Amino acid sequence: MSAELQELYQEVILDHNRRPRNFRVLEGGRTAEGFNPLCGDHLTLYVKVEDGVIADVSFQGSGCAISKASASLMTESVKGKNVSEAARLFERFQQMITAPPDAPVEERDKGVSGDRVQLGKLKALAGVRQFPIRVKCASLAWHTLRAALDSRGELVSTE
Amino acid sequence: MTTAASPPAPFDVTRVREDFAILQRRVRGKPLVYLDNAATTQKPQAVIDRIARYYREENANIHRGVHALSVEATDAYDAARERVRRFLNAAEAREIVFVRGATEAINLVAATYGRAHVQRGDEVLISEMEHHSNIVPWQMLCEERGARLRIVPITDTGELRLDEYERLLGPRTRMVAITHVSNALGTLNPVTTLAQLAHQRGAVVLIDGAQAVAHMPVDVRAIGCDFYAFSGHKIFGPTGIGVLYGRAALLEAMPPYQGGGDMIRSVTFEHTSYNDIPHKFEAGTPNIAGVAGLDEAIKYVTAIGLPRVAAYERELLAYGTDALSDIPGLRLTGTAAQKAAILSFVIDDIHPHDIGTILDQDGVAIRAGHHCCQPLMARLGVPATARASLAVYNTREEIDSLVTSLRAARAVFA
Repeated sequence: MSAELQELYQEVILDHNRRPRNFRVLEGGRTAEGFNPLCGDHLTLYVKVEDGVIADVSFQGSGCAISKASASLMTESVKGKNVSEAARLFERFQQMITAPPDAPVEERDKGVSGDRVQLGKLKALAGVRQFPIRVKCASLAWHTLRAALDSRGELVSTE
Repeated sequence: MTTAASPPAPFDVTRVREDFAILQRRVRGKPLVYLDNAATTQKPQAVIDRIARYYREENANIHRGVHALSVEATDAYDAARERVRRFLNAAEAREIVFVRGATEAINLVAATYGRAHVQRGDEVLISEMEHHSNIVPWQMLCEERGARLRIVPITDTGELRLDEYERLLGPRTRMVAITHVSNALGTLNPVTTLAQLAHQRGAVVLIDGAQAVAHMPVDVRAIGCDFYAFSGHKIFGPTGIGVLYGRAALLEAMPPYQGGGDMIRSVTFEHTSYNDIPHKFEAGTPNIAGVAGLDEAIKYVTAIGLPRVAAYERELLAYGTDALSDIPGLRLTGTAAQKAAILSFVIDDIHPHDIGTILDQDGVAIRAGHHCCQPLMARLGVPATARASLAVYNTREEIDSLVTSLRAARAVFA
């Protein structure tokens, strides 16, 4: 198997694909649907925000390993962060997966000490850089999270 | 066709492959294994040369000029129409309309015949295995006319439910539009029977031949259909050119599709009278180079002989079906008794897109997705499938490469 493939399908990704974290319905929060019409990837994102902080986040749906693992890793990364931190993390994630294949993967914004916005485990998805056609798979969950966070007027309550 | 007196030479795939320079390409350092022929086929050198020659030596507009080039271009254009007529065994060359592709052919019929004949409360009958191009034009027509789109279901193996087809053919069925070969499943539909049954109920029949013409002999009169559509690029020809066959009596009675030059007989600001068929449906300067390329492509595939192509592909399909069936966790979607050489499949716990990416690293080009058949995917209960679609230049060795690569994909996800 090529080095590019090994980087793309590394153990962390495969693990999150097999056993996605926070893969459940979350009641009483905001929700948004993410859909990639080209390939049929589809996910529903649930997020609960308390005092500007993402208190809980989960997802359900079907998709390729990259989209599923990315959604799973995202839920782990943004939980406990405030909404603007999550937005910055998305920005950094997007930069990472669309960077030229040989660009280094930076851990954190330079010169900002104590920045809580670190890619951390999300770096496992850096391999997507080699596969431009899969960028949409990796970013689907993030776009959906942003839609859910933006949908202030559309609180979903099943209670 | 060959006669009993002169048995065909044995089919030599190596010889055929030499006509397709692109098959010598390497992708990611590996020899290209092109198994995406249902999306588009590769072009033989003869077709590429023909298009170049047209522009280099023959370029002129048709049906206009008094000068030599225009006359030559017009003659070549007309000769191509005659070749297509022979290819489909249509009764007359004027039953052949050049369009952009199968999609435009279907849209043309929906917008002209459909608008003229489908009224409120009427029905258009399609099947669950149709490509979006044979769904959406009818959906648009039905919405506009207040008509009803009815859907023939399929079996779990991907065959059309004939009992349901007969039941759904009713007194209000004006139009039946069904694919000859399913692009997503490979199913070969019993189009002759379908046309007979539809005609008994007074419905007009369009067959979408996009996935058929490059793989088996097609005889529109033997099928008995009223319309037949195909795209040039799926039969080794260029993109942007296709064919609509229509029975002359129907074409003559149909209103025109687009207005413009060439489709008219005379124009005043008060009134326009339309040209004869097929010109009535060919407004504007057509894709002359495309027609030349398609002409050459049909010449090419006819020289190989479509019965031989069909026999060879049947062999490849059997080989591929066996080879794929040996892969643990792989399930073929579409196992109709009558099938073209399309292998659509899913593998446990591996999404088709991941399969596609892994295969691509080995130079193996397949399609992963819904194949423009979202309703069919919903019926099959899968979001997508992986699809290897074969053509006359594919080999057993290429199927072996596919299998090797699929086993590697399984190892990644083990």
